[in-house]
Amino acid sequence: MKGNEAIGEGAVRAGCRYFFGYPITPQSELTHYLAKRLPEVGGLYMQAESEVASINMVYGASGAGARVMTSSSGPGISLMQEGISYLAGAELPAVVVNMMRGGPGLGNIAPSQADYFQATKGGGHGDYRMIVLAPNSVQEIYDIVKKAFDLADRYRNPVMVMADGIMAQMMEPVEVDDGIETVIPEKPWAATGVGNRGRKNIINSCYVVPEEMEALNIKLKQKYAEILQKEQLCESYLLEGAEIAIVSFGTASRICRAVVEKARSLGMPVGLIRPVTLWPFPGDFIGRAADSVKCFLSVEMNMGQMVEDIRLSVNGKAPVYHYGRLGGMIPSAKDILEEVKRLFAGGAAV
Amino acid sequence: MKKVFTRPKSLKDVSFHYCPGCTHGVAHRLIAEVIDELGIRDMTIGVAPVGCSVFVMDYFDVDMFQGSHGRAPAVATGIKRVLPDRVVFTYQGDGDLAAIGTGEVVHAAARGEKITVIFINNAIYAMTGGQMAPTTIMGQVTKTTPGGRDKDINGFPVKICEMLTPLDGSAYIARAAVHSPRAIISAKKAIRKAFEVQMRGLGFSLVEILSACPTNWGLSPLEAVRWLEENMVPYYPLGEYKTPVGVI
Amino acid sequence: MARVTFREERCKGCRLCTAVCPKGIIFMSGRINDMGYHPAAVDEQEKCTGCTLCAIMCPDMVIEVEREEKEL
Repeated sequence: MKGNEAIGEGAVRAGCRYFFGYPITPQSELTHYLAKRLPEVGGLYMQAESEVASINMVYGASGAGARVMTSSSGPGISLMQEGISYLAGAELPAVVVNMMRGGPGLGNIAPSQADYFQATKGGGHGDYRMIVLAPNSVQEIYDIVKKAFDLADRYRNPVMVMADGIMAQMMEPVEVDDGIETVIPEKPWAATGVGNRGRKNIINSCYVVPEEMEALNIKLKQKYAEILQKEQLCESYLLEGAEIAIVSFGTASRICRAVVEKARSLGMPVGLIRPVTLWPFPGDFIGRAADSVKCFLSVEMNMGQMVEDIRLSVNGKAPVYHYGRLGGMIPSAKDILEEVKRLFAGGAAV
Repeated sequence: MKKVFTRPKSLKDVSFHYCPGCTHGVAHRLIAEVIDELGIRDMTIGVAPVGCSVFVMDYFDVDMFQGSHGRAPAVATGIKRVLPDRVVFTYQGDGDLAAIGTGEVVHAAARGEKITVIFINNAIYAMTGGQMAPTTIMGQVTKTTPGGRDKDINGFPVKICEMLTPLDGSAYIARAAVHSPRAIISAKKAIRKAFEVQMRGLGFSLVEILSACPTNWGLSPLEAVRWLEENMVPYYPLGEYKTPVGVI
Repeated sequence: MARVTFREERCKGCRLCTAVCPKGIIFMSGRINDMGYHPAAVDEQEKCTGCTLCAIMCPDMVIEVEREEKEL
């Protein structure tokens, strides 16, 4: 299965029956897959007139109680930011996929991790948070999409799945969870028509009275605190006895795994921490790791974005460095290894 | 004696926040009367715009969404596709529908979305304080056209009914007004027909309602309805632009 | 026989009703309501035909109209 297909199939297995989107490379194959697959299960694939319309269709479908998804890449995700802010404000669950590409501007279609800040630090206007998941294999893509829908419903919050063109195009075997029942929770808050409910429901993010707006903000803050406490997720590899911890997610983390193995074979104690949730950032784990490693090396396909979260987590206990390739370039294992050797040579790693 | 005119049940019994003589209240009442008469309160879902009338989400006693600026037809699309047996309508002003949201309404119409759009055209941005709208008529003075709308600077007004009528997906397109009791009675008929067209699954329906904004026009309410009749109606002719075959 | 009643506390004094009454019996009262407006009122109730034009025109649903139904 290709990464793009795994997202689509994962969504169908998660009970998603509605997809609204707009073509953009490198996520188009996902839409091709769902255009065929959703009608087979009684669902709807709709090509909207823009990403702006897509995210607002998602808003309507989610408010009407459905599991719904959209996907895009950098420029399209930028256009969706207002809608994502509305989803957060109205507390609507939805899954948004970002197959990142080189930027800023139109950039290119090559793999990148340049949208880390946009995804984890807000992106849209107002005081809100979005759960951000970063898988690094096709199997994990498949599994994480289900998790994304569950988290979205549990917290009534938008969830982003972030990957890139490499992950989208990569083909790997996937074990599908046939027979696992998908339980979609009741949504008594959905606006489906008053019906027998008696009382009207409103899907809303407009609070003109500051006291009421603040009350919503406080409610959201408490929700985000709970997410931060319960949902941090990361994977570590050969961290035992490591002096350098490489921190890397998604495509870059696959390369870093090879780097760690190579470094170990050369006698350099290097380990890997791979954040799976980019928000909530697995800062608790990284903070604890800071007690045992000598330094951190953040390897990202950008000019240094996640490195800021690592520094916050490490809180001055150890130096944190960054190595990145930009503009759609992919760091080679050789180049990362050179960086690791440099740190061991004593220059930076003291 | 029998009550021959009273408040419709689909409107909450609260005071509107609108300025004196603002005709949003008339349009709200007509929609609520139609919902009552069709007996669809329990199955109707509305989408409120951004602008003065964002608070229709509180006024109608039906399930409501508050959408982002201009995107109500996209939100309504999402709702209707999930709940095809419900009656879904949007309530949008001219800035919302004819400027920032032009793309959404055109494509909802082109797709033949089975939704009803109530389009309030008062030729001005009201909530933000009286700036030029896409529907501001030639020569009309607003805060951002102090010398009157000038074709060389501002171009020409957008005529939404005329624009949407040729689209194959639009089933019912009508323009009404609320400057007189007679016009208001016609407006209600058009709204009712638009809802019926939706309920019969015939396609996209839109009723444009020429409305008065005394505050931002700088006129008294009585002067404002006269100005509407004398200036807007000639520029935006009233009537049914498109009616599906078999619907009278 | 008809009766028109005004929910004074909801009236914003816009006068639109006064212009459409065919009998010309609606006027703006000298009283001031809680919102600070002079509300609309009638003083020659017996002249009201129950035509409802005032209520149709009113943007704030201030007006209710009752009318004797003709026997069939």
